[in-house]
Amino acid sequence: MHILEGEGVTKYFGGLAAVSDVSFYVDEGEVVGLIGPNGAGKTTLFNLISAALEPKTGEIRFKGKKINGLKPYQICRLGIARTFQTVKIFGNLPVIENVRIGSLFGPFKGLSTADATREANELLEFMGLSDVAYAPARDLTLAHQKRLEVARALATKPTLLMLDELMAGLNQTELIEAMDLVKKIREKGTTIVMIEHVMKAIMNICDRIIVLHHGKKIADGTPQEVANSKTVIEVYLGEASDAGN
Amino acid sequence: MDFSKINWKKAAITAGIPLVILIFLGLWPTIGPQYWVTLFSYFLLYIIISVSWTIFSGATGYISLASAAFYGIGIYAAALFREQFAANLPLIVVVLIGGLASFVLAFIVGAITLRLKGIYFAMFTFGLVLLLKEVIYYWEIQFNDLRGRFVAPESNDTIYYYLLGIFVITMIVAYLIRRSKYGLALQIIGENEEAAAHTGINVTMVKVLTYAVSAIFIGAAGVIMATKLTYVDPGVAFSPMMSFSPVLMAIFGGMGSIYGPVIGAVIFTYIEEILKTGSMKNYYMLIFGVILIGVILYLPNGIVGSIQNLWKRISGARRAHTRG
Repeated sequence: MHILEGEGVTKYFGGLAAVSDVSFYVDEGEVVGLIGPNGAGKTTLFNLISAALEPKTGEIRFKGKKINGLKPYQICRLGIARTFQTVKIFGNLPVIENVRIGSLFGPFKGLSTADATREANELLEFMGLSDVAYAPARDLTLAHQKRLEVARALATKPTLLMLDELMAGLNQTELIEAMDLVKKIREKGTTIVMIEHVMKAIMNICDRIIVLHHGKKIADGTPQEVANSKTVIEVYLGEASDAGN
Repeated sequence: MDFSKINWKKAAITAGIPLVILIFLGLWPTIGPQYWVTLFSYFLLYIIISVSWTIFSGATGYISLASAAFYGIGIYAAALFREQFAANLPLIVVVLIGGLASFVLAFIVGAITLRLKGIYFAMFTFGLVLLLKEVIYYWEIQFNDLRGRFVAPESNDTIYYYLLGIFVITMIVAYLIRRSKYGLALQIIGENEEAAAHTGINVTMVKVLTYAVSAIFIGAAGVIMATKLTYVDPGVAFSPMMSFSPVLMAIFGGMGSIYGPVIGAVIFTYIEEILKTGSMKNYYMLIFGVILIGVILYLPNGIVGSIQNLWKRISGARRAHTRG
């Protein structure tokens, strides 16, 4: 079943089509990678799905129901959680409080304080952040802040999790940990859409990859298909004639 | 099992100290000299306004300069419904009208402008003060042939007790908001509004409603102060000082705790009184400015915040990460 569908989604910034007539779907339980060169419209598409922006035309459906036109908090309560390309944590609050906030406000019916605390502890354990639970979130390393964002997103009990460049800026060890983490989240039954530039991670984790270029969808298929696609190679490596010169 | 002595002691302190202070304030007009009763009225007034301001602006970081507009609306509620030598509504009803009118005004202004960020919100809210002043001037002169209005005076004690009542309600509301899930939502809107919205918080509703609620107390206080002024015109009612004072007092006292704006308001009001009545009366704004710059530079968390930091350092920073 398609848990998330987009039909002819279009968004302009001034005269520039940031996302142009993009149709896509995500099946339940899938891990879908969203890739493309800088400025391809990946984050814009995330913003459209999470209602940070509203599409000019087109329709986005979640579990069969139209969701464009809703507010970000409604999207979150429906069960779509996201992280941000540049981490947006509540820096002055302790790590555990960041996660508790997800449980308190995120689910359709917010949890009681005691349940939220218990759940936050479980999630921190799951994310390997238990040691720093009471430190102010701003004091964490970038890798830990990104994990914290994921923990907060998971606390809202999403059926669909959108990760915006989770792996960017991580070192080798952190990268492997992050990849394991995504696999673990998937095993819990959460559907994942991830924007990523780290090809190793994308090829390894994703069931399917969608490629955007200049706001248009240019490819959609398994990692193998996408890696062999002529258009994708041209976009990423330049045309053969260019390479020759 | 955990009924240790510390819990009881803490409970006694959190409930006991405010109760003692309240009893003292309640008895004050019967024991204190007239001059000090009047001065205490001003303490209460500025505490109400700076605590109300902090409820919204302290938590979210949206600097509102509309306090004078809400205060002025309260004053004009009194001017309309508590006119001198006229059949009037009871004072308590007018206080409620003033509070409600401020609530409605703040709700509308909030709904329109709370998408503005930073300095733009501050500018718009200050513009509102000037706009209301000019509109009411024009209206009064054009249609009523009036510049100002006379308000039925009240005794010093009545003014004091009304302000005390508003003060108590303001403090309780501020305390409850701060302690609630709702207050947490406000605080994280201040931390990162975008992330708050994507974490399931109805950001617009929380902001607009809190802003409107915080305006109630300022409007109610305006009604009472009008009975002390007895003559009001738009220039008096919408004096810009009422917009800036709460900001200065809250920054001075510190916005990290509920006591910050209270202490800031008392100290500022007292300094103003000394400077205005002493030989320095021409320089009091200058001295104010110097003190404020000093506080911003050297005590960025305000007086209360700095004392708390000092205490943490002395007590070994063992509770450094708990939320205030």
